[in-house]
Amino acid sequence: MAQLDVQQKLAILADAAKYDASCASSGSVKRTSRDGKGIGSTDQGMGICHAYAPDGRCISLLKILLTNSCIFDCHYCINRKSSNVRRARFTAAEVVRLTLSFYRRNYIEGLFLSSGIIGSSNYTMEQMVEVARSLREDHDFRGYIHLKTIPDADPELVHKAGLHADRLSINVELPTLAGLTRLAPEKSAVRIEGAMAGTKLAIADTSDARKRFKSAPRFAPAGQSTQMIVGADAATDGDIVTRASSLYDRFGLRRVYYSAFSPIPDASAVLPLQRPPLMREHRLYQSDWLMRFYDYSPADVVAATDATTGMLPLDIDPKLAWALKFRGSFPVDVNRAPREALLRVPGLGVKAVAAILSARRWRRLRLADVARLTVSIAKLRPFLIAEDWRPVALSDRADLRPQVAPKTEQLELFAA
Amino acid sequence: MHVVTLAEPDDLDGWRDAARALAGAGVPPEEVVWQVGGAADDLFALAGTPPPVPTQPAFTVPAAFMALARSVVLHRDAERFALLYTLLLRLRRQPGAIEDRADPLLRRLEGFAREVRKDIHKMRAFLRFREVEEEGAPRFVAWFEPEHHIVRANAGFFLDRFASMRWSILTPELSLHWDGETLAEGPGATKRDAPEGDPIEEVWKTYYASIFNPARVKIGAMLKEMPRKYWKNMPETALVPGLIASAQARESGMIAKAKSAVGGNAQAAWAALREEAAGCTRCPLYQPATQTVFGEGPVDAALMFVGEQPGDQEDLAGQPFVGPAGQMFDRALAEAGIDRAGVYVTNAVKHFKFEQRGKRRIHNKPDAGEISACRWWIEQERLLVRPKVTVALGATAARSLLGRVVTIGKERGRALALPEGGEAWITVHPSYLLRLPDRAAAEQEYGRFVEDLRRAGERVG
Repeated sequence: MAQLDVQQKLAILADAAKYDASCASSGSVKRTSRDGKGIGSTDQGMGICHAYAPDGRCISLLKILLTNSCIFDCHYCINRKSSNVRRARFTAAEVVRLTLSFYRRNYIEGLFLSSGIIGSSNYTMEQMVEVARSLREDHDFRGYIHLKTIPDADPELVHKAGLHADRLSINVELPTLAGLTRLAPEKSAVRIEGAMAGTKLAIADTSDARKRFKSAPRFAPAGQSTQMIVGADAATDGDIVTRASSLYDRFGLRRVYYSAFSPIPDASAVLPLQRPPLMREHRLYQSDWLMRFYDYSPADVVAATDATTGMLPLDIDPKLAWALKFRGSFPVDVNRAPREALLRVPGLGVKAVAAILSARRWRRLRLADVARLTVSIAKLRPFLIAEDWRPVALSDRADLRPQVAPKTEQLELFAA
Repeated sequence: MHVVTLAEPDDLDGWRDAARALAGAGVPPEEVVWQVGGAADDLFALAGTPPPVPTQPAFTVPAAFMALARSVVLHRDAERFALLYTLLLRLRRQPGAIEDRADPLLRRLEGFAREVRKDIHKMRAFLRFREVEEEGAPRFVAWFEPEHHIVRANAGFFLDRFASMRWSILTPELSLHWDGETLAEGPGATKRDAPEGDPIEEVWKTYYASIFNPARVKIGAMLKEMPRKYWKNMPETALVPGLIASAQARESGMIAKAKSAVGGNAQAAWAALREEAAGCTRCPLYQPATQTVFGEGPVDAALMFVGEQPGDQEDLAGQPFVGPAGQMFDRALAEAGIDRAGVYVTNAVKHFKFEQRGKRRIHNKPDAGEISACRWWIEQERLLVRPKVTVALGATAARSLLGRVVTIGKERGRALALPEGGEAWITVHPSYLLRLPDRAAAEQEYGRFVEDLRRAGERVG
């Protein structure tokens, strides 16, 4: 094979990395290079998306694989052993140079490095740790680093990775065990969850140590995350939400990413060829949001799914679906209701609820007041009582759904 | 009329000093004109009384107000200073009114602050440096066009991040220059003052094109976060039209290739799928049923038959079409000259749905939800087997296959094209023949059924 230059390798190894949905650069510690040494900074709060691709995904990090050669044969993966895709491999030094030259031009927040497994799990992990070590120690890089850890790698190596990285992640890959067995026969759910548990413990240990000794090293300050593929196995939305919630609880995850299965070049016959509607992925993210910020329990989200199919509606969002099922919880009085009741109103976001709570100490809110605090009052009206508004007639109507559901556009159902 | 002339468009300190003095003297908002810069040599500058010298001690305002003002003064709206002053006077009377978030004036100013914060964020995100050689050392130079007066306020971010580099940020209003030790301000610049390119941009564009997934185009989501107004100064956006134009072709290419190149592992894939289906809980029917009854037959069959659901005997045996209806089906197949061993036979719903009546389990028709929950499996089976002709036995099978309610009488006896390839034929379910009480009618219907099967068999040769 002819020698590939760095740009050719980048084309192959970025293409191979794009099926990982995560690109977050948020939630780490505050670091700067104001002292004139090193380069880079991170913020505690939101990350920065430096560009958006036409697939609507944010480009925040240089997201690449170290190599796309792999000894595993996972059917959903473009890099599986039996795929005919062109192979390439970066050296650690090449990744370091690329990261720094992109970073200096303000293209990226940092690096997200993953890899196919070559040689052994430990060998692969060592190579990835070397990239992070070199960035941090040889170049004093203070930007964001996300490392994908290899489930079977030695815990000592994972520990080293955590000392350099802001975030670690391991993908659970599929929401059901049966799906994992079918599509990733060499991967083990037990080992994946064992590795996540190990990372959780290491994060907890180092944060304890830092409470006692300021000088104790940090370990993955932006926590750990995972990803599951949607639509490649038989899991329903109810199954997925329940699984995600259990992962959040058991392993203290910062994020669970959902990735709608999408066709890959040179697909395995084991894979379904039709992608699920992208809207399904969107509805799952919305329900994830409801659980993380709106005090919905997994059971609440499951209650919003169709009782027979276990799927969330595609034409309306899960919050509205819940409200239409639990009509008895509405209307909610904006002037009296507690925060948790306001958060259940379709169309009221966390910020709008905070503004309502603040404003109502000063005035009895009328519909026009609420309208100033929200995007669309039309959607809200059937669910609210305000000083000058009572929706009795409206909310008892059997045909409420067509009143509040968005006017149907052509869904992506038939796009493929 | 009082005229206040502020030194710069983002002069928070100047506004605060003037506002404090004016408020102390009780000057109402409508008697103050706020303007920015160069009053002496500006023909149109207003002349009037300067703000009074403060006579009263300074007063305090809520911290939240100053936080708001810090963002609002950076907005390009000329009314911002006056609006802030109006709010300030109200807060002197009612300091708590800063919490009255439904107040129109406060709401408007919060809107300004939001736009300013967004502009600050987008500058951090979309500004692009280009490397130039200057006195033997590299300097990184960027050209950016902000919407509001945010450049000075945003300098800290670039210092935090790039203090070890030498850099310049050029904007129409103001330029910033960092030499590694001090930050200097210069006058506004034009795009021509900035370098034209940087060889690394080609590498970056390669990355941008490669990280894009053509199988999931979402242009709206991209435009929402990266509106076109920013595109002109971002090198990678030149690729966007081409990427979108070729995306559809790339995706259908992938699907077509996968369809034509049947994987050598179809048999293994089918076995794995059957295994996964054994644990299916997609609808509640799995609870009372004995087991999942998956399809069976060669995975390269050209002819596929889809029934309704397993019955009592199928549920116990774990195989489709082995009960009374199955025997009738076998007889009809043989008469139509079709070898059952050569066709793939499956059901639209894979679990037995029944009602317990005494000791007997009475067949119960699956509903729309159950059919749609189970469609996932039949789609996977069809994608693996890729039959040339699929025969739907009865209305449930037809509904599952075509995704709509079907009247058998209307659609019977002709080929219906299926969206993912192949054709469908619709006929009755053999159990319908078993239920016909009139013997002559049953004979006649059976004959029609055999004829339907024969025609389907002829389609695959």
